[in-house]
Amino acid sequence: MGGTGGEGPSLARPTLRHAADEEALVKVIQEGIEGTDMPGAWQISENEVRQIAAYVRSLSRVESAPLPGDRERGREVFEGASGCGSCHMIEGEGGILGPDLSDVGLRRGAAYLRESLVSPGATIAERFLLVRAQTRAGQEVVGVRVNEDSFTIQLRDQAGRIHSLSKLELQDLEKAFGESLMPSYGSELSAFELDDLIAYLASLRGEP
Amino acid sequence: MKRSGFVIVIVIVVAASAATAQVSYDRIKNAAGEPASWLTYSGNYASHRFSALDEIDASNVSRLRPVWLYQTTSGGELETSPLVADGLMYLSEPPATVTALDVKTGRPVWSWSRPMPTDLRTLGFPRTNRGLAVLGDNVYVGTLDNHVVALDAASGAVRWDVQIAENSIGYCITAAPLAIDGKILVGVSGGEAGVRGFLDALDADTGERLWRFWTIPGPGEPGHETWSGDAWKTGGGATWLTGSYDPELDLLYWGVGNPAPDWNGDVRPGDNLYTCALIALDAKTGKLKWHFQFTPHDVHDWDANQIPVLVDAEVDGRLRKLVVMANRNAFYYVLDREVGTFLLASQYSKQTWAKEIDESGRPVVLPSTEPTEEGTLVWPSLQGATNWFSPSYSPKTRLLYVAVREMGSYYYKAEAEYDAGALFMGGGERALDGDEASGAIRALDLATGKMVWNFQQHSPPWAGVLSTAGGLVFAGAEEGNFFALDASTGEPRWQFQTGGGVRANPIAFEVEGRQHIAIAAGKAILVFGL
Repeated sequence: MGGTGGEGPSLARPTLRHAADEEALVKVIQEGIEGTDMPGAWQISENEVRQIAAYVRSLSRVESAPLPGDRERGREVFEGASGCGSCHMIEGEGGILGPDLSDVGLRRGAAYLRESLVSPGATIAERFLLVRAQTRAGQEVVGVRVNEDSFTIQLRDQAGRIHSLSKLELQDLEKAFGESLMPSYGSELSAFELDDLIAYLASLRGEP
Repeated sequence: MKRSGFVIVIVIVVAASAATAQVSYDRIKNAAGEPASWLTYSGNYASHRFSALDEIDASNVSRLRPVWLYQTTSGGELETSPLVADGLMYLSEPPATVTALDVKTGRPVWSWSRPMPTDLRTLGFPRTNRGLAVLGDNVYVGTLDNHVVALDAASGAVRWDVQIAENSIGYCITAAPLAIDGKILVGVSGGEAGVRGFLDALDADTGERLWRFWTIPGPGEPGHETWSGDAWKTGGGATWLTGSYDPELDLLYWGVGNPAPDWNGDVRPGDNLYTCALIALDAKTGKLKWHFQFTPHDVHDWDANQIPVLVDAEVDGRLRKLVVMANRNAFYYVLDREVGTFLLASQYSKQTWAKEIDESGRPVVLPSTEPTEEGTLVWPSLQGATNWFSPSYSPKTRLLYVAVREMGSYYYKAEAEYDAGALFMGGGERALDGDEASGAIRALDLATGKMVWNFQQHSPPWAGVLSTAGGLVFAGAEEGNFFALDASTGEPRWQFQTGGGVRANPIAFEVEGRQHIAIAAGKAILVFGL
């Protein structure tokens, strides 16, 4: 509510990455953003699209409430014992098992970031689905789904290796919806550390 | 002397090629007996999309390999179903290009394009074209700006060009025309813009209109009483998919699209005939012989623009002429095609909107399934349990093969005000996609609609199905897989990753006596052989 961000980014800002001007914003509303979860709304009229665009622009004048944490301390949490960097990349450094977080502050709101840290399974994107596969030969592969079609599935295991499996050769294929390889940081971190980490992640705008 | 000898040779060659380029009405009527060609959109007038070729079968299909690919450059993703006749493959490319390819090599022989106007309106669907018709020595195409054009099949030269509707108020042509004896049948899109749908019959030689059937009856016509006020004028009922034809009965069978506005039915109380119905028209006059409405007063955009499949089969101990349809509303229907009698309906995909189909064929609609301001979750989705992509009927297995979409949607209702040339939908829709949706190829028993086998797909398909006398069913997937299933069991026998979403119907034909299979995927046509 209020365009302050959730699964999508906060819209309460003067400039929007995919909508530099009015026409670009209209296009985003109508067609969505390819390669993201932002769907298009082709069914609504041009007039309604213009009204939505005007509302989105009005949000840029809303003063965003500052986040409670300290982003520099958050960076230390990220790079320290929490181990975030072993799975997540920022500006080309880190692991690849989880999403690249270089611009996560542009893509996600603070509430969504908090939920992702406390209950990772609740917000896991389909492209990071945890899968357990067992081949007819008895081999078990556990990993994150990289791609899938009706005949094959590609998984990335915790060591980063890609496994390409033919579904016809699988004995069992379990999709662990709502589960994540990522541990919950709700109890691992103190409330202050969590605030700091969220402030740090929210500050990441893809600008080195 | 040498010079005059050369001239004589040329004359003989031209005469010979003209003689082989004639695709007569009789050839199309008997297309099932000429499997080396693919002469009409659905393979034959009965729309079986079945090939009598049996060289490729379960024992050798694992060796199927690409023979050639043709990459289109004119526009977006292909949804075309090509035709093959006398050594050439004819295909439509979006937005308005027709290309003839040498069927042996995939090399273009000619290409024709109509530039699209800069203010072209395609309201509610992509800028696509699903195919062509051939008759005599002409190839026929309909364009998004509503021109129907006859092209010389040998050169692509324009024989005639007529405009049948205005694009400025939302009409377009996306469907392949249907060529019958001396006539070209052309349907229109535009149900999301509140057009008044129609089906036109044009003279194949001149383009002159022979008759027009309005799918929304006007004042004084039967069915007009199912509308109120002026709602009929903007009632939708588009005819955007190629129909079927019974030459003996001389009847055309054509599916009719949704009423407009799509999701707000308050402004159009009544059954809204002939939307979401199958109509049977006298091919000579265009007069309505009978109709059957699958979804009266539809509020979910469940067009009946699916392929009506004509079969003769025994029902209750009596051999009958039937028309069957796996409808977008998730029910399979069997009707008598002579008089339109409802014989049977059977659910073939998940649905949450109807308690049952009653003895008259009318759905018993469940409460709380209408679109609301907050959104109402209903199966199937806006795109339906199936859609425009073709089913296939195999006379060998007597099964109907259907590509099925298992997907639900939240349906939203909003104010609907008609504004000529703008979307007229009265709401919106949000589909449950990703892992919440799936797809399937299903084999249905023709007489009962009962599922005989199911092949699960990763996602809801947009590709049609071809069955062959080789005991195979060919189908495609959004993720680019083109594959063959055993027609009797549904077991997968072969698959090929095309690298582009398959949103088209497969065909089969012969090149120099060898069976080939073609499919459009992404922006390319792929041809396979052993």
